[in-house]
Amino acid sequence: MLKTFKIGGVHPPENKLSKDKAIEVLPLPQKVFIPVAQHIGAPATPVVKRGDVVKVGQVIAKSRSFVSTNIHSSVSGKVTKVDFSADSSGYPKHGIFIDVEGDEWEETIDRTETLVKDITIDGPAIIQKIQDAGIVGLGGATFPTHVKLVPPQGMKAEVLLINGVECEPYLTSDHRLMLEKADEIMVGIQLLMKAMNVEKAVIGIENNKPDAIKLLSEKCKEYKGLSVVALKVQYPQGGEKQLINAVTGKEVPSGALPIAVGAVVSNVGTAFAVYEAIQKNKPLFERVVTITGKGVSKPANFKVRVGTATSELVEAAGGLPEDTGKIISGGPMMGRAISSLDIPVTKGTSGILLMQEKESSRQEVLNCIRCSRCTNVCPMGLEPYLLMTLGEKQIFDRAEKERVMDCIECGSCSYTCPSSRPLLDYIRFGKGKVGQIIRSRKK
Amino acid sequence: MSKLLTVSPSPHVHSSDSTQKIMYRVVYAMIPALIWSVFVFGLDALRVTLIAVVACLAFEYLIQKYLMKVKPSVTDGSALITGILLAFNVPANLPWWIIIIGALAAMGIGKLSFGGLGNNIFNPALVGRVFLLISFPVQMTSWPVNKQAGIDAVTAATPLGLLKEGVKNGTPIADIAGLPHLNDIMLGNIGGSLGEISAVLLVLGGIYMLWKKVITWHIPVSILLTVAAISGIFWMIDPAVYVNPGYHLLTGGLMLGAVFMATDMVTSPMTAKGQIIYGIGIGVITISIRMFGAYPEGISFAILIMNAVTPLLNYYIKPKRFGGQ
Repeated sequence: MLKTFKIGGVHPPENKLSKDKAIEVLPLPQKVFIPVAQHIGAPATPVVKRGDVVKVGQVIAKSRSFVSTNIHSSVSGKVTKVDFSADSSGYPKHGIFIDVEGDEWEETIDRTETLVKDITIDGPAIIQKIQDAGIVGLGGATFPTHVKLVPPQGMKAEVLLINGVECEPYLTSDHRLMLEKADEIMVGIQLLMKAMNVEKAVIGIENNKPDAIKLLSEKCKEYKGLSVVALKVQYPQGGEKQLINAVTGKEVPSGALPIAVGAVVSNVGTAFAVYEAIQKNKPLFERVVTITGKGVSKPANFKVRVGTATSELVEAAGGLPEDTGKIISGGPMMGRAISSLDIPVTKGTSGILLMQEKESSRQEVLNCIRCSRCTNVCPMGLEPYLLMTLGEKQIFDRAEKERVMDCIECGSCSYTCPSSRPLLDYIRFGKGKVGQIIRSRKK
Repeated sequence: MSKLLTVSPSPHVHSSDSTQKIMYRVVYAMIPALIWSVFVFGLDALRVTLIAVVACLAFEYLIQKYLMKVKPSVTDGSALITGILLAFNVPANLPWWIIIIGALAAMGIGKLSFGGLGNNIFNPALVGRVFLLISFPVQMTSWPVNKQAGIDAVTAATPLGLLKEGVKNGTPIADIAGLPHLNDIMLGNIGGSLGEISAVLLVLGGIYMLWKKVITWHIPVSILLTVAAISGIFWMIDPAVYVNPGYHLLTGGLMLGAVFMATDMVTSPMTAKGQIIYGIGIGVITISIRMFGAYPEGISFAILIMNAVTPLLNYYIKPKRFGGQ
C-alpha cells in the first residue's frame, strides 16, 4: 500500500494539463522588477542605484541578517529605479527595476550543461555558498535554505526529505524538473546531505508521477543512502509535516520545527538550485514556472528569470483567454489571486494559473450543517468549523487553546465544505490575531 | 489592463459537493421505505407524506419570510427531509390537521426558533413526533392494519405494543397472542408507523448513504450493537420476560431512528469518538425505555435526549490532533 499522512486530506481533481510539456526557456523580457523581499525573513538591502549597469548573477540586494538572503540580478542591463511595486501579495514591495540590455552573465558562472558530479568542498562551505547564492525553499514557502541546514543547538538532523510531491492541482514544474534534471537533483541532494551531515535522504513523490518515480528510483541506485518513496495522491501530501508523517511515520509536535523529529525537508527545485549554486557557481535568479489553466491554449513549463512580469508568461502560453476571471500565482489550493499581469515572477512562483470566469467566484455561503467534513479532512486534526466561529466572534483565547496556530492553511476545509463557508478566511484572521497576542506576551 | 479580475484568498477551487446534494441523497435513501409503506398502507401513506412535506415546506417558507424576514431556504432540501421523516414517524391513518400541527411543531419549534438549518439542537422531525405523541396519544398510537399481514381489522397494535402489554400482564413471551414471526418483521409485514416497518429497506437506504458518504457507520452501528448487547444479556437471563435481540433490532422505530434520525448531521456529534458515545447513549436509553419504561418504544426520546448531550460531547471530545496534545 502507498504511504500517506495519517490524518485528513482531500483529493481535488488533478488537472495536470502541462505534465507532458518539456521545460522551455522563456524569451528574455525587456524589463524586470525584482523585489528585495522574495523570502521569509528580513528583506535584503539594495546595493545598486539608478543608472548602475548590472550583469546576470550580480548581487543587487544584500541580506543583513541571518534569516534573510541575497537577491541577484536575473538580467543584464541598467537599473532604472529602486522603488515600490506590487508583488503577488498585492501590497507594494520594495524592489529594483532593470531595463534589459543583452544577456551578459558574470564570468564566474559555468553556463555549460555538463554534469559536475564531484563534490569538492566541505559542509560549512556548502552552507555558505547556499547563503551567498540566495537560495530559498522553492516549493512556495521561500524559507531561506541555509537557515534550515543549521539545526538549533542540541538538535541533530537524521534524515533529509526531498519534496517531489507537487500535490497542488495543475502545477507540473517540479514534475518536469525531476524528469529533465534528475542527475543534477541527485547531486544537489548529495550536497545538501553533506551540508547537514546526514547519511540518509528520501525523495517523496506522489503516485500520479510514475515516470518520475521510476526515473529517480533508477538514479538513486548510483548513490548511497538515497531512496524514493511513492506516495498516495492525497492533498496536502506535500505539506512539510504531512510529508514527514507519510515517510517516517513521525509527527512533528505542535509548534515545533521538523528538526524536532530529526527531519529537514527540501523541495526538488531547491535541490536543483543547490546543485547549480555549488557546482556551476550560479546564484538563484531563474526557476521553472508552470503556466496553465483550462482555457489556456498552450499550457507549458517555462524557465523564467526572476522579475519577469506575469504578462510575458501569459503571452508565451498563447495569450490571455477571453473568459479569464482570476489569475493565481501558485496552485489553486494555496496560491494567491493576483490583481494584475504586471506582477513579477519571484523565487517562490511555482506556477501561474488562469481560471475561467465560471470557476472564479465562490458559491453562495449557506449555514453550517455540522456535517463534520471539515474536521474529517483537516490534516492537522483541528476543528475548522469551531475555529471559524471563534475567529468570527473574536474569541481568541479559546482559539489559541483549540490550536489555531497549528493550521497550515492548506484549504482542505474550505474546499470540502458543502455549504461553501469561508472557513480558512476566518481561521487566518484568528491565526493572525492569536499570533499577535502570543508575540506581545513574549515581550 | 482593462479586464477586472476576481481576487480572493485561497483555496480557489471547491469540491463539487453541496449541502443540497447531501440533502437530496438522504431523500433518495428514504424512497424504498416510502414505496413499501404505500404498498402496505395504500394511498393513505402517500397522503400523509404529501401533507407533511407540503406543510413543512410551507411553514419554513412562511416563517422565514414573514417572521424571521430572511431569504427563505426551502430549496436546500432540509425541510423536505423533515417532512418525509415526520410522515415516517406517524401512523398512516393520521388525520390531516394533526399532521399539520406536527409540521408546525417540527419546523417552528424544532428548527426555525433556533435560527434555521444547522442551528437546531433537536432533530426537528422528532420534535414534531413527540409533540404529537404527547398531545394526541390516541390518534398517534392507533396504527392501521398492514394490508400484507392479512389480518381482518381496521387498526392493530405494533409488535412492541403487544409485547409491552403482554409482559405487563405477566404473560410469558411465547404465549403472547398476535406477536408476528421474525420473518414477517424482517420483510415489514407488521404494523407500525408509516416508514418504520421495513427494516431491510431502511438498511438499504443506510447503505446507500454510507456509499455516498452522507453518513458514517459510527452512529447506526453503535446504536444497534448497544441494543443488541443489552437485550441479548437480558434475554439470556430470562427469555420468558425479555424478547430476543433480533426482535428488538427489527421492530419499532429502531432502524428508522438509527439510520435516518440519529445520523442527522446537525444534531449529532462531530467526531467519530463522540458519535460512538452518542450512539451507545441512544442504545442504552432506547432499550431501557422498551424494557422498563411506560412506553413500548423509546427511540424518539433517546435520540432527543442524546441530541441535548451533543454540544457537550463536541466540547469535550476532540479529534486526534496532529503532533499530540
